[in-house]
Amino acid sequence: MGASSERDAVVALMIDYVHLIDEDRLEDWVELFTDDCTYKILSRENVDAGYPLELLSCHNKGMVRDRVVSLREANLYNLHTDKHVLGMVRAQRESDGVWTAQANFSLYQSTLEGETDLFAVGTYRDRVVFNDGRALFAEKIVVNDTFAVARMLSTPI
Amino acid sequence: MPTAMSLEWPTDDFSRIPFAAYLDEDIYVEEQERIFRGPVWSYLALEAEIPDTGDFITTYVGDTPVLVNRQRDGKVSAFVNRCMHRGSMLKRECRGNATMHQCLYHQWAYDLTGQLRAVPFAKGHMGRGGLPPDFDMKSVKLTSMRVESYRGVLFGTFSDETESLPEYLGDNVRAELDRVFNRPISLLGYQRQRILGNWKLYNDNVRDPNHGALLHMFHATFGLYRPTQRGGVKMDDRHRHNISYSMMGTSDDDADAEAFAGTQKVFDKGFRLEDPSMLQYDKEYPDDVSLTILSIFPNMVMQQITNSLCTRQIQTRGPGELELYWTYFGYADDDEKMTQHRLNQANLVGPGGLVSMEDGEAVEMVHRAVKREQDEHGIVEIGGKGEIADHDYLVTEIPIRGFWSYYYELMGIEAEQAA
Repeated sequence: MGASSERDAVVALMIDYVHLIDEDRLEDWVELFTDDCTYKILSRENVDAGYPLELLSCHNKGMVRDRVVSLREANLYNLHTDKHVLGMVRAQRESDGVWTAQANFSLYQSTLEGETDLFAVGTYRDRVVFNDGRALFAEKIVVNDTFAVARMLSTPI
Repeated sequence: MPTAMSLEWPTDDFSRIPFAAYLDEDIYVEEQERIFRGPVWSYLALEAEIPDTGDFITTYVGDTPVLVNRQRDGKVSAFVNRCMHRGSMLKRECRGNATMHQCLYHQWAYDLTGQLRAVPFAKGHMGRGGLPPDFDMKSVKLTSMRVESYRGVLFGTFSDETESLPEYLGDNVRAELDRVFNRPISLLGYQRQRILGNWKLYNDNVRDPNHGALLHMFHATFGLYRPTQRGGVKMDDRHRHNISYSMMGTSDDDADAEAFAGTQKVFDKGFRLEDPSMLQYDKEYPDDVSLTILSIFPNMVMQQITNSLCTRQIQTRGPGELELYWTYFGYADDDEKMTQHRLNQANLVGPGGLVSMEDGEAVEMVHRAVKREQDEHGIVEIGGKGEIADHDYLVTEIPIRGFWSYYYELMGIEAEQAA
């Protein structure tokens, strides 16, 4: 695959990521990660102060799936719809089939009664690899500037 | 003007809570005065956050901004985070190190004991302007709190009448702090959660072991906490603080299944996580307790959920909003594997916690629903009525009544008003 079509695939992966969350297709969303992926949501406060604590962390795809299963089966959360707005992607090829990509996002949540709040603003810092020609997240690091989390962090950012 | 005194408290065992107590703006103002400025010890921070001279953090006691720093003599002091000159906030950063605290507005500078040390142009210019000759700089000090530390946990009080900290905590709470803060800790980081509800609803929530396995189905589903486990509640003599504790692996699956059978919630003992590592408890205390929720009146919670340790500070933001400020820690002698395990288990709690995320929603659901029901009362009878005492079962909310008994006292509500 050429560098240009790889870049297209990286950007398409980042776009799929936000749309699958917004469409509540979390089971399909899980399939965007590699088996040994890292998925973390970090508070900018901890990043700046040099503390390792995450707001959420998954160290493999099984843990990402556990999050989704827990949301579906066990957790009770504020019912809402998500809408991500994804900024322009800055993608860079690190080596053959390995890319880093960064983009800002905002995430709005709307209640069952149609009220909308800005839930989070932040940056995706991703590492994307190609498995059998398919782009997947080896690393999805969400740095959340809105680290005073309103209500709760239930559905993924 | 409605005040806490004019509320209707229909029972003298605090088994009925007037909803107005959660909502009324005047009551909120009175609470800031009588509770947060009153004879209580409020949690400020952990000593490990400010180990060196000049280290500071900013926080809130109720809704009063407070600056906590370590002095040159190693002692910790706490001040209202406000310049004595024109009232501007002195330190805006959440944490840092400073040799002086200089107000950005007119650059009045205070030392680490809160003493005013410098005022620019104090003598004016060319003999004109500046401070009057009789202005005594030594008399200007930041409004300070009395600070005491127990096992590295820092508390402050605005009142001269507050009993000593060890007395305030009582034997049970001290024993719990002795247990968890048994050796130097190392900080892992912070989380914050904004909840649109009253600060006392959260205090109720953490004194309510009964909700643990009903609201938080992750707990029940994966066996971290179940109502049939061995456990109970322990309070101080005045029932203002509480320790709820339980022991993993002691539940009765059949009794649980039977009890949950009438509900619509999932209770499936065959349910498994793909990666169960976060459910594992590496026993690290001499007892079998795997879950502890310690609540210290009025603004602190400390948790041990298996190997996940943190304090939670309740900061008030008006009658209808609170911020929970979570400070996670491990021990200084943890190896890399243990640190990773604690970070992994941090997934259980906090705003995104698999176990605890529901608390934010529960508090808000109550706050919204009772808005126009201020003359009505909440029922607190699970676990029993009448006397408030320690007990060794978990289907209970008796410690909520303990919290309110002390609230009632601090708010100056006359005993005979209780019918």
